[in-house]
Amino acid sequence: MARITHGLTTSHIPAVGAAIDLGKTGESYWKPVFDGYEWTKAWARENVPDVVILVYNDHASAFTPELVPTFALGCADEFPPADEGYGPRPVPVVQGRADLAAHLAEGLILDEFDLTLMYRMEVDHGLTVPLSLVYGQVEAWPTTVIPFAVNVVQYPPPTGHRCFMLGKAIRRAVERFDANLNVHIWGTGGMSHQLQGPRAGFINTPWDTAFMDRLVKDPDGLAQLKHLEYVREAGAEGIELVMWLIMRGALGSDAEELYRFYHVPGSNTAVGHMVLQSVDTPV
Amino acid sequence: MTSYTSEFDDIPGTRVFTAQRAKAGYELNQFCMSLMKAANRERFKADERAYLDETHMSEEQKQAVLARDYNKMIDLGGQIYFLAKIFATDGLSYLQAVSTMTGMPTDEYQQMMISGGRHPEGWRSIKDGN
Repeated sequence: MARITHGLTTSHIPAVGAAIDLGKTGESYWKPVFDGYEWTKAWARENVPDVVILVYNDHASAFTPELVPTFALGCADEFPPADEGYGPRPVPVVQGRADLAAHLAEGLILDEFDLTLMYRMEVDHGLTVPLSLVYGQVEAWPTTVIPFAVNVVQYPPPTGHRCFMLGKAIRRAVERFDANLNVHIWGTGGMSHQLQGPRAGFINTPWDTAFMDRLVKDPDGLAQLKHLEYVREAGAEGIELVMWLIMRGALGSDAEELYRFYHVPGSNTAVGHMVLQSVDTPV
Repeated sequence: MTSYTSEFDDIPGTRVFTAQRAKAGYELNQFCMSLMKAANRERFKADERAYLDETHMSEEQKQAVLARDYNKMIDLGGQIYFLAKIFATDGLSYLQAVSTMTGMPTDEYQQMMISGGRHPEGWRSIKDGN
């Protein structure tokens, strides 16, 4: 049986990817950010899953103004890095896991989550920066990845509650997959930030801290937050945090917090990162 | 406008990208997407006005692009992740481009971020003044 043992959350700031690609991780501005991932990098070397379901949002790379899918599942064998205007990031092509993706497509749609299925898709910094933060600069990513893109760009995005329910459905579907696979799920984006208008630069550390606390201990309550509160308290782009609830829903009712890191700033953004372990699933 | 979308208007200095704005900004955002190809970036840089005139954008949208007025572009239906293709073409980072929308010089904006970012007080609600 396939099983989801761990969850990970992290911001996916594009400038962090650029700092890695340009060899600036030791600079005084960036060093505290990358130091915050050292624990995770060591942990990740010892805990390589068979598959990562990587929940992220596309930033106008794969999805043009012509097409706005709320939930899009990557079903292809591979996903190349996108050219976001600076040229593609110099990172490995992401290897997919088509058999589990096809199984998830069937399971989730029959569970009444009406997904868009992607058989060809380029992936942008939303997906590749988390991989770089956890696995570093490598010739090939050590795990296969199923990209799971969520619309948090055009309003309305899915509600936090819908995301939490989707995570639970992902867990059910994975457990019905007849292969001995260790699956991790990552929820990316956030934390508080705003990239537009006179309010740009907005950061709310107490709110972010409470969000991380509740993600572990009170995900049902956290899932009730309205979009308005995300934008008001975490900034316009803080809405990305609904994606963390997909991760949390997929860990089962109880989760243990293994690691947490928080730092301001990473460019315009509060960097938040957690590693969680499902209590219900033996490793 | 629905009550869902109008509630966001109470948040100072913020415009969320609604379905209505997506419709209004369609041609502007499509132009931005065209800059994901290196050859198009070169053509745009060589003659911005000529490149813009090949699109179906409004004159107001074209003027906002030429002026790199990101607040105006957002008012006209642009969305920051699409608009990022313009400032990427200009060789600017998110931080450099975003700072132009705040009225602060970039170094002052960056110093604000290093000092913990823009404090929420006074930026939550116009109605409640908090």
